Amino acid sequence: MKLKSILPVALGALAIGFGASDLRAEPVDDKLIIDGEKEMITRTKAPEGHPFDEVLSGWLFRTPETRAMEADSFQNPAMLYVERGAEIWNTVDGAAGKSCASCHGDAAESMKNVGAHYPKWNAAAGKPYNIELQVNDCRAKNMQAEPYKFDHADQKALVTFIKHQSLGTPMGIDLSQGEMKSWWEKGKDLYYTRTGQLNLACASCHEANAGKYIRADHLSQGNVNGFPTYRLKQANMVSLHNRFRGCIRDTRAEQPKAFSDELMALEVYVTWRGTGLSIETPAVRQ
Amino acid sequence: MRDTCKNGLIGAALLMAVGTSAWAAGPVGPNDVKFEDATVKASLTGQPGDAAAGRKAFADKKLGNCLACHKNSEMSEQLFHGEVGTPLDGVADRWKPEELRAIVVNSKQVFGPDTVMPGFYTLEVGTHVAKNFQGQTILTAQQVEDIVAYLGTLKE
Ligand code: HEC
Ligand code: HEC
Repeated sequence: MKLKSILPVALGALAIGFGASDLRAEPVDDKLIIDGEKEMITRTKAPEGHPFDEVLSGWLFRTPETRAMEADSFQNPAMLYVERGAEIWNTVDGAAGKSCASCHGDAAESMKNVGAHYPKWNAAAGKPYNIELQVNDCRAKNMQAEPYKFDHADQKALVTFIKHQSLGTPMGIDLSQGEMKSWWEKGKDLYYTRTGQLNLACASCHEANAGKYIRADHLSQGNVNGFPTYRLKQANMVSLHNRFRGCIRDTRAEQPKAFSDELMALEVYVTWRGTGLSIETPAVRQ
Repeated sequence: MRDTCKNGLIGAALLMAVGTSAWAAGPVGPNDVKFEDATVKASLTGQPGDAAAGRKAFADKKLGNCLACHKNSEMSEQLFHGEVGTPLDGVADRWKPEELRAIVVNSKQVFGPDTVMPGFYTLEVGTHVAKNFQGQTILTAQQVEDIVAYLGTLKE
């Protein structure tokens, strides 16, 4: 197989890129300060072993309108879901006659910074747990209520509310617990595995081409710090596993099930890739 | 354009030389495309491509969806051109038709295994292909020829 050098062409393209003023190939130089008070970490030095020098929040890749909407909690449509989540937190459900608050009290205290450190190793289950799985466990064991079906509106609202208690907290997971490291490894393999008829890996878009436009979409590093996220396109909250499944579907591959080992491994690895970024839940994205 | 036609004829002649059975079998299958030095010399169908049809397939999100990754000034009526690939303005000045055919059929044969450009007429694809796309190529042989003919018109 003869490989033709494309370097001169690539350099030519770069020159064109510089000349064109309508293309914003870079993330913006802007600060995310929620309600003019609380500054989010949207850029930070990457953890050791990371392919980038700097990790960047998806917020930096969005339009000025979308960025402004997230910066103002009165404008942020997802704040309604945070309110709904607070209601669910305090509502008794299931045969045990308990609400989340019956065991955990005031979420502003008991859940402060908790969401920023998930997924966590769950020894009983022998796998990493995200907030959704933890909530379902609590519902089944402590409340004797039905676990939520994936992407049930209440699941999204409650997880949004819980993650929101970590607003601003740097994301960071403990890979020394249980077998977290091997799940991280498995997630890394998946991140670089090309799937589907289009033969693309997560890295094809979010590593090799972060900062570039793919049609109308400005590719970010694909970080998870804003989830669940309000997507303007869908006018709804989007859970992380829904987003993963959508990206995988776009490669024309079969989509793994939500909370499957594959997607949990991916969640562990991709969360690590965003280490140090503030939790922005609920973020606003296109 | 002229080059593409000429190639189509040569391709037809080659196919005939191989044996008439090639005609009965229809276009060259994705596993039988012959790459020589990062080129595919013969038309996949033995027919020349139709540049106007190629222009449509190039833009169609369900077919080439080439604009997802490539800027193409000749298509300025379309909003939002991607930046993942090289701008295709003047691409016919840089590549011969047989090279463009190789790029569209299976870009990995030309750019190497790491390119993110999908192969449009190959079964060398990723893992876990969705059921409705299994065993299928993104484009038909004729659509490849049409797109190659269209790319041949992109001169500066
Ligand atoms: C064909 C290109 C493509 C592939 C492959 C792809 N994505 Fe995405 N992804 C996008 C686009 C486009 C967006 C929306 C713009 C953005 O935020 O980057 C997106 C958004 C995301 C987001 C949301 C980021 C935010 O700030 O809200 C996450 C997380 C993500 N992708 C993870 C993944 C993972 C994990 C994989 C692999 C399983 C993957 N993506 C594969 C194109 C892709
Ligand atoms: C997912 C992204 C993607 C899509 C979709 C895509 N390409 Fe590409 N293409 C690339 C990249 C990236 C390159 C540059 C080679 C490299 O760096 O690997 C390229 C290079 C090319 C080149 C060589 C350009 C030059 O001047 O060197 C041609 C021709 C080309 N593509 C045609 C097409 C056509 C036609 C289609 C649709 C049928 C298409 N591409 C779809 C990503 C893509």
